[in-house]
Amino acid sequence: MAVQALDAERLPIDWQKLALPAVLIAVAYGLIPTYASSYLVEAILLPFLALSLAAVGLNLLTGYCGQLSLGSSAFMAVGAFAAYNFNLRVEALPLVATMILAGISAAGIGILFGLPSLRLRGFYLAVSTLAAQFFVQWALTKFGWFSNDNPSGVISAPHLTVAGFSLDGPTGRYLLSVTMVIVLTGLVWRLVNSAIGRNFIAVRDNETAARVIGVPVLRTKLLAFAISSFIIGVAGVLWAFTYLRTVEPAGFNLDRSFQILFIIIIGGLASIRGAFLGAAFIVVFPLVLSRLGAFAFGGLFDSGVLDMSQRIVLGALIIIFLIAEPNGLSALFDRLKRRIGSRSS
Amino acid sequence: MTFFSHLRKAAIATAFVLGATAVHADEQYFPLQSYRVGPYAAGGTGFFGGFIDYLNLINIRDGGVNGVKLTWSEGETQYEVEKGVEVYERLKSTPGIAAWNPLSVGIAYAMIDRITDDKVPLITINHGRTDTTDGRVFPYVFPLLLNPYSETSGIVNYIASKEGGLEKLKGKKIVVLYHGSPYGKETIPIYELLSQKYGFELSQIEVPHPGNEQQAQWLTIRREHPDYVVLRGWGVMNPVALKTAQKTGFPADHIVGNVWSNSEEDVIPAGDAAKGYTAITTQASGEQYPVVQEIVKTVYGAGKGNLEDKSRIGSVYHNLGIVNGILNVEAVRIAQAKFGNRTLTGDEVRWGFEHLKLDPARVEALGAKDLFHSINVSWDNHEGDGYVTFQQWDGKKWNVVSDWIAPDWKLLRPIIEKSSEAYAKEKGIKIRTAEDADAVVSN
Repeated sequence: MAVQALDAERLPIDWQKLALPAVLIAVAYGLIPTYASSYLVEAILLPFLALSLAAVGLNLLTGYCGQLSLGSSAFMAVGAFAAYNFNLRVEALPLVATMILAGISAAGIGILFGLPSLRLRGFYLAVSTLAAQFFVQWALTKFGWFSNDNPSGVISAPHLTVAGFSLDGPTGRYLLSVTMVIVLTGLVWRLVNSAIGRNFIAVRDNETAARVIGVPVLRTKLLAFAISSFIIGVAGVLWAFTYLRTVEPAGFNLDRSFQILFIIIIGGLASIRGAFLGAAFIVVFPLVLSRLGAFAFGGLFDSGVLDMSQRIVLGALIIIFLIAEPNGLSALFDRLKRRIGSRSS
Repeated sequence: MTFFSHLRKAAIATAFVLGATAVHADEQYFPLQSYRVGPYAAGGTGFFGGFIDYLNLINIRDGGVNGVKLTWSEGETQYEVEKGVEVYERLKSTPGIAAWNPLSVGIAYAMIDRITDDKVPLITINHGRTDTTDGRVFPYVFPLLLNPYSETSGIVNYIASKEGGLEKLKGKKIVVLYHGSPYGKETIPIYELLSQKYGFELSQIEVPHPGNEQQAQWLTIRREHPDYVVLRGWGVMNPVALKTAQKTGFPADHIVGNVWSNSEEDVIPAGDAAKGYTAITTQASGEQYPVVQEIVKTVYGAGKGNLEDKSRIGSVYHNLGIVNGILNVEAVRIAQAKFGNRTLTGDEVRWGFEHLKLDPARVEALGAKDLFHSINVSWDNHEGDGYVTFQQWDGKKWNVVSDWIAPDWKLLRPIIEKSSEAYAKEKGIKIRTAEDADAVVSN
């Protein structure tokens, strides 16, 4: 009976909740392409979008399904190198198809490295996903074929065209990026509000109970790995093709995996909004702080001292945020909204 | 420093920021993506310190290059790619940019498309993509002095000179211990090529990143009993290699380090184990060279020296920064001779780099005799035939122990062209001709 109920009924859509995303999408398409400087697009929005999407992907796996992973940046690398090779070796493959194929490649690798999750949990699983991290980087370095035998082992983004339009300029790359992020985030949003999404949560909250009520635990876990890796793979393509344009395997190292994990922890687990807030905090905030610091004290200290103190400020802020709200920026945001709401009513 | 000197510095900084909007016609600007914080701070402070010291010397001693004052500002990157890109995007619209000098492969890779669109040179001295040597495909990227292939050939030629000639390499045994990264693996085919050509036995052993455990590799080396070990290391891998070599009884004076295993930071942590270790360099260490002496006198004498720790003057990275400064400034000077003594565009400076020819006499006139040998860049050869020399660590400092050695550029060029042409095909780039290189955008 419980199973039927889970399958049959979708959670009601809260239309009020859609107001903010709608405004953001309007800004993303209406204002930013016209008014944003190339600095804002190239240095802030492009890395922000790619990492947000990666964080959305990881949040699906870790936040919703409860499977801790330290392999995110490996899946990004698979996406990036797969896209490069599909584009290089398949004539006239449309860009969107390239991205989807890259995502599927990452999903394949994700399922492979998700297999230990059938036996392992928590930190043990995290350690086994580390294997993905090291294996992928090793394989990309070891076999020159992946980088078309480039002696320096790097790959470069091809010309980006969609339906005959060149997207090589900053605005074009931004539009491509933002569209992919919105579409995939929308799909994830639908997914977490569906029966599958509730299966994810059931597995996370209590695996045994989930099994008892008839959730196919193994399939659910592998599905979570597959979908999450797909999204992270596409994020990797965005990172390589729209943001950096030339990447080396070393750019997808363990640090990046940790960065994405911290994004979802600080932003809020099991929250799509949290992925974006966390990415903003980790990617954009240090830059803002650095600009502010340079502006206020630029002449007084050398750039090293300034940067060191920013690290201290950032670290302190993370601690304060997490003490104030262990559920992340997303929960903090909700609390703020409630407080404003209660005051105005 | 007193409060007032802080205030003055702040005022100057503000004036600079304000002045930047109404730039004077006689300034050439160097944006610096420096790293003074983080794991690579030692290299960053040395290199950017040396670079800034040389720019300061030109400003104080000569009043700039033919009256054009050199300016710069720093953006901290911590060697991180995103921060490097951010600094690039922030500073790229500053007027009068001469060239970019990130000294970081990751950041340099991310800039290749950007600087090509913006038509400003990107200098990757001693590092970078090997195939950017081919100026026909990469008009704006300059891996000056030494690319990884030339380095390999230089090391083999040095070992040959120690053995008494290239023909004596036959039957000798060389082990290459390389860092498990694209950087480390880049020279594998070149060592193989040279081994076939000269008939030495070769074995290449990988050390996984970061390389703080090398017992197994060195036991293999002991078993193979090679005549020389080439250390193609990076970071912590280098001192660990030297220490493990000592433990397994391999003599340090038969270990030859490559260009990223050649600094004080690589040997000092190894202590005694590094005594006798030899490494390649494009620029000799020490402060006895006239240009370094002038920097000590003029720049540090005026309290404007960039290194906080004065004992690092003349260190490997500091001297690399100084040589980098010389190459940048001379490229500007050569471009000025053609386009006029004024602020040049990036493309004009690119032309200057493509005509950067400093013969030993000119190098001596610049006060850098024996600091580096010479350079001969052309529109299609962006490396510029740099010579290498070898230094031995005596426990306290590096001492030059070889002549200037020429790598076998002719042998390597076809391999580089194959790679760059593949890149051109991939990206749909038209291969440049000499006429294209002479068409310069001067606004």
